[in-house]
Amino acid sequence: MKTAADTAVLPKVRERQTASRFKHLRSSRTLILMCVPAVVFFLIFAYLPMPGLYLAFIKYNYTDGIFKSPFVAFDNFRFLVMTGDLWRLTFNTIAYNLAFIVLGNILQIFVAIMLNEVRKKWFKKVSQTIMFLPHFISYVIVGLIAYNVLSYDYGLLNHILAAFGAEPVKTYSNPHIWPLIIIITFLWQSTGYGSIVYFAAIMGLDSEIVEASEIDGANAFQRIRYIVLPWLKPTFIILLLFSLGGVLRGNFGLFYNLVGANNTSLYATTDIIETYVFRSLMNNFNFSMGSAVSLYQSVFGFIVVVTANWLVKKASPENSLF
Amino acid sequence: MEEAVRSGIRSDPSSVAVRTLGYGVIGLFAICCLLPFLLVLGTSFTTEGAVQKHGFNLWPRELSVFAYKIVFENPSQIIGAYVVTIGITLVGTAVGLFLVAMTGYSLQRPDFKYRNGISFFIYFTTLFSGGIVPFYLLVTQYLSLKDNYLAVLLPGLMSPFLIIMMKSFVRSIPHAITESAKIDGAGDFTIFLKLILPMTTPALATIGLFIALGYWNEWYNAMLFLSPDVKYRPLQLFLYNVITSADFIRNSSASSNVPLKDVPLETMKMATAVVATGPVILFYPFVQRYFIKGITVGAVKG
Repeated sequence: MKTAADTAVLPKVRERQTASRFKHLRSSRTLILMCVPAVVFFLIFAYLPMPGLYLAFIKYNYTDGIFKSPFVAFDNFRFLVMTGDLWRLTFNTIAYNLAFIVLGNILQIFVAIMLNEVRKKWFKKVSQTIMFLPHFISYVIVGLIAYNVLSYDYGLLNHILAAFGAEPVKTYSNPHIWPLIIIITFLWQSTGYGSIVYFAAIMGLDSEIVEASEIDGANAFQRIRYIVLPWLKPTFIILLLFSLGGVLRGNFGLFYNLVGANNTSLYATTDIIETYVFRSLMNNFNFSMGSAVSLYQSVFGFIVVVTANWLVKKASPENSLF
Repeated sequence: MEEAVRSGIRSDPSSVAVRTLGYGVIGLFAICCLLPFLLVLGTSFTTEGAVQKHGFNLWPRELSVFAYKIVFENPSQIIGAYVVTIGITLVGTAVGLFLVAMTGYSLQRPDFKYRNGISFFIYFTTLFSGGIVPFYLLVTQYLSLKDNYLAVLLPGLMSPFLIIMMKSFVRSIPHAITESAKIDGAGDFTIFLKLILPMTTPALATIGLFIALGYWNEWYNAMLFLSPDVKYRPLQLFLYNVITSADFIRNSSASSNVPLKDVPLETMKMATAVVATGPVILFYPFVQRYFIKGITVGAVKG
């Protein structure tokens, strides 16, 4: 039951609230304007395509366009499951990413620790510069370099094999060796770059602790084992969980340039979600199938990220994303 | 011994062993990172015949600049590619850097009421995306940017990662500076332009280099949106075409009056790669420290 006094007060309160909201808007007017370009940018390039995932539920054809093409509900997904494509793509994408994450981090930590042991300044500088170099070239060049090594007729690999009297390898038609090739190329490209974070973390290690351990008689191996490695553990866990969030996101540039655009004989071991979606768009014009895979990837990936973030929150609350 | 041994501890057998291991491992890995580049360089300076006989080699067995001759016989293509890439990189980096800096600064202002909302709006795009098919339809059909350089330039202007990096850089500037300038009657945009930008030069250099590298190595959007009708294509896409397409080889054979069977196919690919990346590799040692700074800052959450 409202009293007369209440009803008299209410509009005033409301007025005051609107006034304060309006004041907020006015006082941060410039800051809002400064954010407008970014908001518009992400709205167009990131949010506008999202409703386009509706393509996954229709049988898209160019003449009818998006809105007149027949609605088929989950048929596209059913097809992907039945052909086994979805399973293969998921398996390849996740397996490669796990290999990249685990081997990558181990190697990065190893390189960072070794770099820290190097005393000569010039040696450190020069080797660091060279180790980052592979990360600064485009995937097109990476693909060319791989071709240089692997080409059947002229590749370095087969020439080395021939020198030892071994049989040449037909790399570009043999799917079984590709996981190895792709993983080695990835490690070649990213280890130097990825070790920066670990190296920076080692730099932050208190030298007094190190010296104290030496006075206590720890040898160099014990110093690495009992001081440096535990010191890197939090960084390692955070980076690991972050990259786990992207476990369904494949590295298109790497796979496409290494394997080639239409090398069907290698799909079994080299086809990942990104390359499949790309082909559905550029080669078979099967937009609906490509969108179905994308939608599956986005939804499933979202769940993975939220889970990974929940784990980060447990491990170290200040590093969690949300 | 390059530095006085601080104590006997540094020269015990285990330290010597670990240090030797360090030099060995780092040296070996650095060589592994460098060799493939030398392989491309070496092959580009050799004769096609030597490649067919001995394969790709680090050291040219038969020195020749024939491949480069063919590449420069018809230089308009590669010069055009350079001009397009440099143009896109300059414009994109200037505009993108300004926008990233402006957004990053606003979103780091503690007195900005909507900063968390807008930050999440931007950050969410890394968690969920429409995928490439709708993106392709958007750019080609709704924005009508097919065969337009803008289709390569626009999508690379900003990224959540760079905005977060800028926020981390701005965080090291005391908010008191902004506050005192506000008391003096300066507007937010003036503060950003006159005070913050000059104070964050290292950050701007870092972020600018990240954007520039992205544009320089960009081939994906170019491949999606620029059809063969576009005469001058960005450098990396041009290189991709040289490596993968037979048409290109036929064209260069025709334009340089070299019979098709004598076009030095393999060495020409390598020579084009050297011409396309050489300048960047020479430029890179001078700017790599900025990248290191960026990664170290970016590793901390924004």
